[in-house]
Amino acid sequence: MSLAKPAMRGLLGKRLRFHLPIAFALSLVAAAAFKYGVTEPRKQAYADFYKQYDTTKEFNNMREAGVFESVRPTGK
Amino acid sequence: MLSQIVYLHWLSFSKLSHTPSLPIALPFSHQEPKLRHSNSAPKQAIAEERVHFLIHIVFLKVQSLSTNMLHLTKGRVGCLLSKRAVVGLTNSGARMSSHSHHEVSDQVDMSQPMYWDRLDTPLPDRAWNDVLDSKDKSLKEKEKGPWTALSKEEKIALYRLKFNHTYPEMKRPSHEWKTVIGGMFIFFGITGLVVFWQGHYVYPPQPHTFGEEWQAKQIQRMLDMRVNPIEGFSAKWDYKNKQWK
Repeated sequence: MSLAKPAMRGLLGKRLRFHLPIAFALSLVAAAAFKYGVTEPRKQAYADFYKQYDTTKEFNNMREAGVFESVRPTGK
Repeated sequence: MLSQIVYLHWLSFSKLSHTPSLPIALPFSHQEPKLRHSNSAPKQAIAEERVHFLIHIVFLKVQSLSTNMLHLTKGRVGCLLSKRAVVGLTNSGARMSSHSHHEVSDQVDMSQPMYWDRLDTPLPDRAWNDVLDSKDKSLKEKEKGPWTALSKEEKIALYRLKFNHTYPEMKRPSHEWKTVIGGMFIFFGITGLVVFWQGHYVYPPQPHTFGEEWQAKQIQRMLDMRVNPIEGFSAKWDYKNKQWK
C-alpha cells in the first residue's frame, strides 16, 4: 500500500491563486450590478420627476390640504 | 466492627465506583464514551476479585444486621448490594480487551501519560495498547527492522496497537444533530408559549394611534405633505385619480 505523498508546501499560495481572482471578479460584478441596477435608475427617476415639476402648483395643493402652519388654506 | 465495615465500604466504593463508561444507557448518549480505560489483569481475575469483595460486604452486612449495629433496613441493603453487583459485573464486561491501566480503581491518574483520540493531536503521549503479549512483542521487534519486510496485516496490527481509532473512525458521524434540532424546536415552542402568554397578560392596551381611523387620517396627511414623492410613499399614489397606482 503506497499512497502518493501529499502536498506539503505552497498550500496558501495555491488557495490564493484560485480564490483571489474569483473574489475580485465577483466584487466587480456586485459593484456593477448595484450601479446599473440601483443608482442609475434612481438618478433617472429624480431627473424625470423634476423635469415636470411645477413648484407653485405643488405648494398650492399642499396649502389647500392644510399641512402648513404659516399659510392657511385659502378658505377663510 | 463498625470501623471494619466503614473501611470495607470505602474500599469497595473506591474500587467499584466507576467513570464515564456507564453500563446504563443514557437517553442522550449517542456516542461511545470518549476516554477508554483499561484493566491490568484479564477480565476473569477482575470479576473474581470484585465478587470476592461483594461476598465480604454481604457477609459483614448480614453480620451487622444480626447484631443490629447499623440499623440498615433490609430493603436499603438489598438495593445497595444489587446496585453494586450491577456495577461490578457490567463494569468488568465493558473492558473487553487487554490494555494497560494506571491503577486498580477507575480514577484516572493525571500525572501519568495519557492516551486520547483527538483530531488535532495525532500522536498522544502514550500508545493505546501498552500491555503486549508475546505475539505483540515479537511484532514490535520486527518493527525495529526494515518496514518493507512487514506485511500489510502486520502494519495494520501495529497501527491498532498504537492507536485506538483511525481518523475516519474518530470523525464518524453521530445522531447528535437530532438531539440538537429537537431541543431547539422544543425551546422554540416553549418560547412561543411564553410570548403568547405575555401578549395576553402583560402588554398594556395599544396606543390610540394604532386604530383604523387614526391610521387612515395619518396616511392622508402623509400624502398631503408629499412624503417621498419621487421614489417612495407618495410616488405610489395617483393624485389625479385619487387612488393607489
